[in-house]
Amino acid sequence: MADFGGTDLDTFRKEVREWVEANFPASLKGKPNPMAREERGSEPSADQEAWRKAVGAKGWGTPTWPKEYGGGGLSGAEARIVQGEIARAGAYNPIGGMGVMMFGPTLLEYGTDAQKQEHIPPICRGEIAWCQGFSEPGAGSDLAALSTKAEDKGDHFEINGSKIWTSGAQWADWCFCLVRTDTSKKHEGISFVLFTMHQPGVEVRPIPLIAGSSPFCETFFTNARAEKKDLVGPLNGGWTIAKRLLQHERSGLTGAGGGLGSGGKPIEVLAKEYVGLDDAGRLADSDLRTRLVTNAMNMRAFQQTAVRAMVEAKGNASPSSATSIMKNAGTQLIQERHEMALEIMGHQGLGWDGDDFSADELAAVRGWLFGKAFTIFGGSQEVQSNIVSKRILGLPDLTQAK
Amino acid sequence: MAVLTEEQSMLRDAAKSWVQEKSPVTAFRKMRDSGAELGYDVAAWNEMAEMGWAGVIVPEEYGGSDFGYLSLGLVLEELGRTLTASPLLASGLAGASALILGGSDEQKQAWLPKIADGSAVVALAVDEGPHHRPEKVEATVSGGKLSGKKVFVLEGMAADVFVVSATEGGKVELYLVKADDAGVTRTKLSLADSRGAANVVFNGAAAEKLTGGAALLDKVLDRARAGLSAEMLGAALQAFEITLDYLKTRVQFGQVIGSFQALQHRAAKMFTELELSRSAVEAALSAIDNDAPDTAELVSLAKAKMGDTFHLVSNEMVQMHGGIGMTDAHDAGFYLKRARAAEAAFGNQAFHRDRYAKIQGY
Ligand SMILES: Cc1cc2nc3c(=O)[nH]c(=O)nc-3n(C[C@H](O)[C@H](O)[C@H](O)COP(=O)(O)OP(=O)(O)OC[C@H]3O[C@@H](n4cnc5c(N)ncnc54)[C@H](O)[C@@H]3O)c2cc1C
Repeated sequence: MADFGGTDLDTFRKEVREWVEANFPASLKGKPNPMAREERGSEPSADQEAWRKAVGAKGWGTPTWPKEYGGGGLSGAEARIVQGEIARAGAYNPIGGMGVMMFGPTLLEYGTDAQKQEHIPPICRGEIAWCQGFSEPGAGSDLAALSTKAEDKGDHFEINGSKIWTSGAQWADWCFCLVRTDTSKKHEGISFVLFTMHQPGVEVRPIPLIAGSSPFCETFFTNARAEKKDLVGPLNGGWTIAKRLLQHERSGLTGAGGGLGSGGKPIEVLAKEYVGLDDAGRLADSDLRTRLVTNAMNMRAFQQTAVRAMVEAKGNASPSSATSIMKNAGTQLIQERHEMALEIMGHQGLGWDGDDFSADELAAVRGWLFGKAFTIFGGSQEVQSNIVSKRILGLPDLTQAK
Repeated sequence: MAVLTEEQSMLRDAAKSWVQEKSPVTAFRKMRDSGAELGYDVAAWNEMAEMGWAGVIVPEEYGGSDFGYLSLGLVLEELGRTLTASPLLASGLAGASALILGGSDEQKQAWLPKIADGSAVVALAVDEGPHHRPEKVEATVSGGKLSGKKVFVLEGMAADVFVVSATEGGKVELYLVKADDAGVTRTKLSLADSRGAANVVFNGAAAEKLTGGAALLDKVLDRARAGLSAEMLGAALQAFEITLDYLKTRVQFGQVIGSFQALQHRAAKMFTELELSRSAVEAALSAIDNDAPDTAELVSLAKAKMGDTFHLVSNEMVQMHGGIGMTDAHDAGFYLKRARAAEAAFGNQAFHRDRYAKIQGY
């Protein structure tokens, strides 16, 4: 990779290192990223806020986004340096969420200059939380069957209907939403609109998950309002934008960074602790050992593929079709690891709460349960396989999916 | 399904209709939400005992019906369907087995009638670490007093008496220890599957020896494993049927999702595995009834096969339900959690594959 090394980058690295040293609050070192939690708990601390503001002001949380909209304006190589230096300092990127992962990149591509000026800078500063109003009770895998309606009221759209599984709707400030603006067509009757969640016509009801938390909601719209200026792309042209957004979502979920990594100790380490080694230094459970190493090797090949895709796609801003195989490959491997973590912990990997279980053990159980969603959201495993068969392999399709 | 005697059919039908009427999954949910101390509904357990289920394997002279393990397996399978939590497995099967196989006349007289009428609960306290390693026993007995720690004791909070593995002079034996002994301390575990279990510390508790040593322990465990496999079979079948039903009703892309071959073939695969598993479970239970020489390997086969199948079906249940399967309001999560707890109990698949290979000599 030719853009590693070189004096300019060395100077830049030094500059970043000094900046991180000067700005990252020591109290947060090695602490988990509050953005990475599936559920928000307490209010952020003063140090967390200071770090968010510092990174936000630099635009380094969204390093490759254009400077004119509050991004870092950096090249890919420079962005990797920023990420590397943040990790090196035991820090984290405090700018995240759906705005960064999927909505921002989509708006940068499809939004008007005015829309970008309004919505991108607050994302770069980590000030606004976005939620994704796509799925409905009757429209999951068949997203284009959605029926939440937006009626033209002159200067605004009036929205009626409901969404489901809306992650973070209870904490979100804004929603990017797919609505039906023409009932006579399926895909060509969908528009992509933005509106504030802080309005009387929006009601959210959190739904408890099998993992115990309630990170997603039912979201109801009763004469909710979206301004005309917040229609993204043409009227009835929302499907194309939605598809692009889903590509960003999928690559965000399984990109080179392994967006779904479970945190905690690697299971290889856990296995040594809980199962032990035999005299020859092998895991005492040879059955587990075989499955563990198979997963580890596949994980490695997955990472190699991620790097290869990144190198191949360099200079090409949009995610490649490889993202479709990446999601299934990556989520399967992670789910296998979750399952093995439980198996390795044995009885200790079955706890729900209480002092009889360590924090790691309890986290493994919740992580395993939440991880079951990885093959459901962002396009289910089956939908991904359909995309690969149809769009990449050119096999015929018997549904009217697009 | 095995060819059943008339009595067995009646027993199964009785269990089926009681479970449907009195113990649907909503009853299990209610029990969980109430945080029930014992991890089961005492009134429901009393009804089960009244119907004679706690004494299915207990000889008639001790108040049971002596119907055997295949018969008890039929009841456990029906209970497993709705995840009914009760001491039947721990007490009416494992505990009763220990006494039937290893108890003196006096010990049998003291406990079996109470097990059979449900007035006493026996729990098996064997494991000492996070994994099922029954040959590793650190609890010891000297001078009739037992000391050591046992973990993950199923129905440990409800137990009136424990069947405990411990060594005396280096030799593994099973002992009866009363739960109200001053040397017994138990802590309730809060588990993902919401079933009743406890960690139990024995500190010089009075212990009465059963006869049979390590061979008895092995036999008792095999009975528990086979019974648990029957319960897992029921749960996996129900999880499958709920899922199949969803495939026939959920519409996406203008058609029921069960019309997609990607899902059809996986449903067919689950059905295949369930059929294979039923054969393995019934063979293990019958082997126990017949005191067959290959009982151990048949039990390991049943537990490993059933573990894999329940694992598969519980995962598919969530996946094929999509978002709704991830919600606590849906039952899929219950089956998923029960599956992993059952897989881990009395030896997981890896344990039983290893044991099977060892018995086969490789
Ligand atoms: C934790 C979590 C968070 C989520 N967050 C959001 C969010 O923030 N915003 C949002 O809009 N949505 C969100 N979702 C919803 C998610 O996108 C949907 O659950 C997903 O699209 C599947 O839709 P469904 O749940 O209706 O399942 P269904 O579409 O009903 O699918 C049921 C099963 O059928 C399979 N299936 C469907 N069609 C086919 C086919 N053609 N071929 C083969 N198999 C098929 C599916 O793969 C699945 O296994 C979230 C979901 C979860 C679990």
